[in-house]
Amino acid sequence: MSETPLLEVENLRISFPTRTGVTQAVRGVSFTVGREKLGIVGESGSGKSMTGRAILRLVPPPGIVTADRLSFQGEDLLTLPEKRLRGIRGRRISMVMQDPKFSLNPVMTIGAQIAEAYRVHSSAGTAEAKRRALEMLEAVRIRNPERVYGLYPHEVSGGMGQRIMIAMMLIPNPDLLIADEPTSALDVTVQMQVLAIMDELCSRRGMGMIFVSHDLNLVASFCDRILIMYAGRVVETCRASELHAAKHPYTRGLLDSLPRLDDTRPELPVLARDPSWLEG
Amino acid sequence: MIDVKDLRVTFGHGADAVAAVQGVSFAVREGESFGLVGESGSGKSTVLRAVVGLNHDWTGSIAVAGAAQSRRREKGFFKSCQMVFQDPYGSLHPRHTIDRILAEPIAIHGLRDADARIDRVLRDVGLGPQFRFRYPHQLSGGQRQRVAIARALVLEPRVLLLDEPTSALDVSVQAEILNLLKRLRAEHALTYVLVSHNLAVVATMCDRLAVMNRGRIVEEMDVDSLRRGEAREDYTRQLLRASQGYDRAAADSFKDFA
Repeated sequence: MSETPLLEVENLRISFPTRTGVTQAVRGVSFTVGREKLGIVGESGSGKSMTGRAILRLVPPPGIVTADRLSFQGEDLLTLPEKRLRGIRGRRISMVMQDPKFSLNPVMTIGAQIAEAYRVHSSAGTAEAKRRALEMLEAVRIRNPERVYGLYPHEVSGGMGQRIMIAMMLIPNPDLLIADEPTSALDVTVQMQVLAIMDELCSRRGMGMIFVSHDLNLVASFCDRILIMYAGRVVETCRASELHAAKHPYTRGLLDSLPRLDDTRPELPVLARDPSWLEG
Repeated sequence: MIDVKDLRVTFGHGADAVAAVQGVSFAVREGESFGLVGESGSGKSTVLRAVVGLNHDWTGSIAVAGAAQSRRREKGFFKSCQMVFQDPYGSLHPRHTIDRILAEPIAIHGLRDADARIDRVLRDVGLGPQFRFRYPHQLSGGQRQRVAIARALVLEPRVLLLDEPTSALDVSVQAEILNLLKRLRAEHALTYVLVSHNLAVVATMCDRLAVMNRGRIVEEMDVDSLRRGEAREDYTRQLLRASQGYDRAAADSFKDFA
């Protein structure tokens, strides 16, 4: 984190006009990401996914995104023309979504999709793209890349689908990966294996990563730094290793309400929400 | 209370046949809370669906409350055994009010004093009468799951089958629902069978559990040994390891259990 950060976000706001007034999904979020793993944790509706989407200008209309600063390696993502943005989106910043079922093209073979991702972002020919796609499948530990290359998405399991998504997102060799709940649809053991792949690729390529998740323990054990979001704001930032010493009552409440393996508490403490957290 | 012996469930025919459950046996005592744990595809939900009568194609024997069950269930069976599903957004009729959702099982079973029953069961699950004439879309996920629990309880069953009742909910809401389920079990002396992939949830809710993998029970243990992490089988140990957060070394050591 000694060098200049990859991504700088200052006072990011996202609002959705509705018939009954304006809903503010994200209300003034600021953070920076370097070559590290940053976790964004929060419950549904906390604005964590929208924050990730806003970075790639993927907030659906009629959403309105404003920020004092939203820059990636010195380029302003908010005002960049759409054509120039395409040089960043997918190429230098890529995104893994939650469910492989809805993110893969069902009528295109897996190999063709990965190779396409590579060819769109480079001048490589078909043979070169195929070779790289096979290498990438191997990098995400798919045992028989040649066979999987020719399969359609419905022929692979959820865990394999998610590894294929990761392969596709990493093939243009991005500087920053935004992963929105990349493993929550997976079984715990598969989840660990997928995380290990991302971890290794992060440290080997020096890639930055934003890991959006609702799972506190997972983020604490996987990331370097954590932002905790509540109702569109960051209520607390801490090093992942110090999450258990978190101070904000919301973070504490969330941690306490998690059932534990060695639990003997007769009742789980229930989170009492304090209206002052909305402003705090 | 529940006695399952050599349960087998197969989907499909011939070359496409998938043996989802391959000879599962377990018994749950009255008043006990029993957990079924496993990864996706292990057959845990299929076992539950066979017990409640949603899967007709099974072999083996299933006895609930001392009565052996055939493939089709009598109406009376559902007075003693009810189920709560995973997704509170999908399991409630979107165009029926809460009142109508709760009145339906009462009407089917021809019970009287529907009004008092609905009122009582809504209070029981912590919702109160003001929710009675709302529609599901007007409720949050946690409130909907409370309605689903109320619908299961309105017939005053003795057995409640819970299929991942909190996995679609936020952790703070999960705590509320787990507390509610614990309180209801104590108050009504209910027997639970809880299916979950989350070992920590099973550790707080259950007395005993069975770990399933690929259609078979790998290991049965009581919750104290689970808390102490004393598993006999390698598969269970791996599952325990995986649910304790990310660990690079552990992830590399994982293997497939056939």
